[in-house]
Amino acid sequence: MMKTIISSMGDNLDSGFDLRFGRAGWFCLLDEETGETSFYENDSAEASHGAGTRAVEKLMELGATKVISGDFGPKAKELLEKFKIQMVVLSDDSRSIADIIDSIK
Amino acid sequence: MPRRKTLRRVVAPPGFRGYKPYGNQYGRKKHVDLLYEEYEAIKLADYDFMTHLEASKLMGVSRATFARVYESARRKIAKALVETREIKSVFGNASLDHSWFECIECHARFNIPDNRTEQKCPICKSDHIQSLKDQ
Repeated sequence: MMKTIISSMGDNLDSGFDLRFGRAGWFCLLDEETGETSFYENDSAEASHGAGTRAVEKLMELGATKVISGDFGPKAKELLEKFKIQMVVLSDDSRSIADIIDSIK
Repeated sequence: MPRRKTLRRVVAPPGFRGYKPYGNQYGRKKHVDLLYEEYEAIKLADYDFMTHLEASKLMGVSRATFARVYESARRKIAKALVETREIKSVFGNASLDHSWFECIECHARFNIPDNRTEQKCPICKSDHIQSLKDQ
């Protein structure tokens, strides 16, 4: 049941980790039990406002319980707290998605 | 006795202990104390571009109080720049979000929502974590 979202710059495991949450290009969904990953494009990355809110909605749809990103805006933070989704902030943007997944295991 | 100040909610403390001018001609002067809530006010209004009303709600104070905190923050920063004084970050009348932690092993920062019980780092599973409030 542990599903984790990681903000990503591209659609595969070699992509860089995106420090932005609402405006990340892609979201990587990781199932922590099976180790399976899938990538979802963020449709609201270019939105002029409300990107964070819509990203949280997407997360809820995918059933994530944890989210790893570089920073969360005030609106996204408030919503994630309300829905009891754990937020994890990593500040190193030189890591790839595969690298972060390795460190979780 | 004056009325007690309502605590101003601060999401994350500033990531610095202070700022120092360099290349200045005159010797050391007394520093300026920038309170956590003043840093937060500047961040919300001028970095996150929130209106004073939105920002005041986030910090749990009235709009007028927010405006006063923000004004004081700007004056202190201006004073430090013009009079080449050091800025130090000081706790002030802030209440920090309790639920944020930092992992001592991998430096990930995270919150623990109240429906979880484990006190472990979600990345490296280490239990060497500390509350960001104690810093």
